Amino acid sequence: MTGIIDYGAGNIRSVENALDRLGAGYVLASDTAILSECDRLVLPGVGEAARAMACLREKNLDAFIRNTRKPLLGICLGMQLLCSASEEGNVECLGIFGTDVRHFLHAFPEGVRLKVPHVGWNTVTSLKSDLFDGIADGSYMYFVHSYFAGICEDTVSVTEYGIPFSSALRKDNFMGCQFHPEKSGDAGERMLAAFLNIRC
Amino acid sequence: MLAKRIIPCLDVKDGQTVKGINFLGLKSVGDPVALARKYSEEGADELVFLDISATIEGRKAFSSLVSRIAREINIPFTVGGGISTAEDAAVLLRAGADKVSINSAAVRNPSLISEIASGFGSQCVVVAIDAKNADGTWKVTTHGGSRFSGKELFSWAKEAESLGAGEILFTSMDHDGTCGGYACEQYRRLSGMLDIPVIASGGAGTAEDIVEVLSPGGGRADAALAASVFHYGEIRIPDLKRTLAERGIPVRL
Repeated sequence: MTGIIDYGAGNIRSVENALDRLGAGYVLASDTAILSECDRLVLPGVGEAARAMACLREKNLDAFIRNTRKPLLGICLGMQLLCSASEEGNVECLGIFGTDVRHFLHAFPEGVRLKVPHVGWNTVTSLKSDLFDGIADGSYMYFVHSYFAGICEDTVSVTEYGIPFSSALRKDNFMGCQFHPEKSGDAGERMLAAFLNIRC
Repeated sequence: MLAKRIIPCLDVKDGQTVKGINFLGLKSVGDPVALARKYSEEGADELVFLDISATIEGRKAFSSLVSRIAREINIPFTVGGGISTAEDAAVLLRAGADKVSINSAAVRNPSLISEIASGFGSQCVVVAIDAKNADGTWKVTTHGGSRFSGKELFSWAKEAESLGAGEILFTSMDHDGTCGGYACEQYRRLSGMLDIPVIASGGAGTAEDIVEVLSPGGGRADAALAASVFHYGEIRIPDLKRTLAERGIPVRL
């Protein structure tokens, strides 16, 4: 059973639909007693980082997430919340991955002017994790975001938009992807299936 | 590298696809989900569903269709047609649509853009603009091009962006339905002045038209939307993607 961590983030429906398509059982819960019974966890997220962290703290989900040993996948904002800190609302995050989260417009090199948010299909490269089993380097995934996680020792996928950034991160049982696998066609579906098979 | 997007647009009435569809080997051409799946398998990057129902029952059928699309299709999709309040938008977004497209209602009440953006995020607000050239000015029209709104294309696009639009979908009423190519000059100007993506719509007749509107030396649009050329099989998406790639335009293959 996959536990989808419910902390008031938007667009959880698309993650539920994707798990349904894969035939995976799931439960949507904010109660740590219920989440503790699950064998893996998904931290979804569409929304604002500071508000999302406040919601996690309010429900005592921050400590629960930090201490879990189950495979956990953060998606989009969910991945950013697993980083050390975010510029979005200047908030300290869960501190799992060794990078912080910045706004593209603060990070583009001199002379680079690209549209923000970064919306659409972009390639994932330098793939390093079993999360990407069966997915070719250079596959396209669907992104929608204005903030990004930098490259660090936990980076397992690199995407370039003005600058290279972490499109996926992994440390021990914690995984995160900036793109939306639930909206990334067959490649995204394969990645979710790979996550469902990971044992930590 | 960020790919340019190819977006087929499906007109839906009372929950069924209406535009003439000429797909061989597709069992139920009237079912928008079957058609959507076909396009998705062929490599469409995103889909747009426009509700053209005129009745309340038709609208209800559309919102239950949206939930079905969300369950069965694994690429992003936008819905539009008849959204006049933030609540109309909320119903469709909660049903699973990734984005809503608003047109006449935003012209009437521009704050609708910020209402939806503040509730659900700018990324899900597509502002669709229909305009036509009248005496050298691009005038914004509503009601399918039949009424002038008093707004001008470029200033309205900029205003929509500042109110929180996530994307601009501009249709040139002078080009729509002609199959003679897109209004490339206008897309180029929009793309240069806006910091949000621009979707080109109206005028696609050949793959070359799409190459032109997406290319750096042409319209510089971020995405190209078309309906009849895909529905009638005049352009097949896999062939189109190959042509675009050969011409150096980044696409998802």
